[in-house]
Amino acid sequence: MLPSYVPVLILALVAIGFSAFTLGLSQLLGKPRPNPAKNSVYECGVPPIGTARERFPIKFYMICMIFILLDVDAAFLYPWALVFRDLGVFGFLEMGAFMLLLGGGFTYAWKVGAFDW
Amino acid sequence: MTLQALLIALVLIVVIFHAHLGLFSGMTLIERRVLAFMQFRLGPNRTGPFGLLQPVADGIKLFFKEEVMPEGANKFGFFLAPMVAIVCAFSAMAVIPYGPAFHLPSFGFMPEWLRGRLITPQIADLEIGLLFIFAVNAVGVYAIVMAGWAANNKFSLLGGLRSSAQMFSYELALGLSWVGIIMLAGSFKVGDIVEAQAGPIWKWNLFMQFPAFVVYLIAGTAEVSRLPFDLPEGETELVAGFHTEYSSMKFALIQMAEYVNMITVAVLVALLFLGGWHLGLGFAAPPLVGFLAFLAKVGAILFFFIWLRGTLPRFRYDQLMDFGWKILIPIAAINILVTAGLVAFLGQR
Repeated sequence: MLPSYVPVLILALVAIGFSAFTLGLSQLLGKPRPNPAKNSVYECGVPPIGTARERFPIKFYMICMIFILLDVDAAFLYPWALVFRDLGVFGFLEMGAFMLLLGGGFTYAWKVGAFDW
Repeated sequence: MTLQALLIALVLIVVIFHAHLGLFSGMTLIERRVLAFMQFRLGPNRTGPFGLLQPVADGIKLFFKEEVMPEGANKFGFFLAPMVAIVCAFSAMAVIPYGPAFHLPSFGFMPEWLRGRLITPQIADLEIGLLFIFAVNAVGVYAIVMAGWAANNKFSLLGGLRSSAQMFSYELALGLSWVGIIMLAGSFKVGDIVEAQAGPIWKWNLFMQFPAFVVYLIAGTAEVSRLPFDLPEGETELVAGFHTEYSSMKFALIQMAEYVNMITVAVLVALLFLGGWHLGLGFAAPPLVGFLAFLAKVGAILFFFIWLRGTLPRFRYDQLMDFGWKILIPIAAINILVTAGLVAFLGQR
């Protein structure tokens, strides 16, 4: 008896094999003829200034933080939804309180301007 | 899982994998043709009859193109990103049933265990179903961040950042829109969710969960970066976004991953909201009819994606973020509460 995840693993291996094969084949077929102009980074035709590993706006970091906080909470909703029929009104009230707390945090983040791009 | 089941799963993997490859190349052509007709052009029509050989020509051309490795790029990340994208895109297919279960016809040459065996066209019937798709999609974001960062290009970096921020924002709404459906079906399995929609047409989640349908369709479009949500690769501002520096087959793989993701979203809309292989007439159709109905639904949604691209202009980035956080997520959350209240107080549905 094999666990039911084996086909998923095989599928992933097939996908890895496929991408490795195509990348390898194009390496063999396409003959690289590098020259400095071709290899330089595209910057609308002018010589690139500095490196691209620059600082970037903190907003992206902010969105990430809020996403992690809310996503972990949203993950709690899945098992609840799965057994909701058995829980009935009790489950509804419990999760209502949970969502209310979540909504409070969400509204706070909204009010302090975390979502204003 | 027995050895026989594994054998069937292997055949299914081969068939479904190649069906996706074929659908991908077909979609590249159909998209260009349909888009051209929407803009009063002809589109590619020179390669073979009606341009049917265009995908083949594109594929051969991309194989023979040289690989350009931009100066100062992180070689490992640059190569790994397309592979991660492909593996994530294809892994999501594992838990999707591509049609109703059917009995194999018995022919003389078949071994005994194969005759009349009930087959579900699904690679692995995992208990966690939708969660698996959700998880695999989330890993797909790594490919985009890696591609954007590794190329040592400012456009790529910005494209990668924008893309990841957009995916984070819409993933939450996407995940929340599934909760109502899971609640109605009481299962994570896609097959069970489809079966929960059996019967008359108003049993479809399109009608039972209309807000969730709207949220999922919009968030799904944003997840696969289709217009009007294609800001990560908005040509007029970011050249090509995170894959600016990609050429040859690496570019083709990224493109393929995007199309496969789009097909997966279309399949999921058809299965989760449009009743999958049910006709909505109140009786169970024969498997073949059901399968054709399922294909028709998927095709309609794919056409809808192309139609969107031909019709709508691109969002501005702040509008996009506002829309995701301030409109979609509240709608999805309220939908969950209302659904839960109705189920809890009114009983079964």
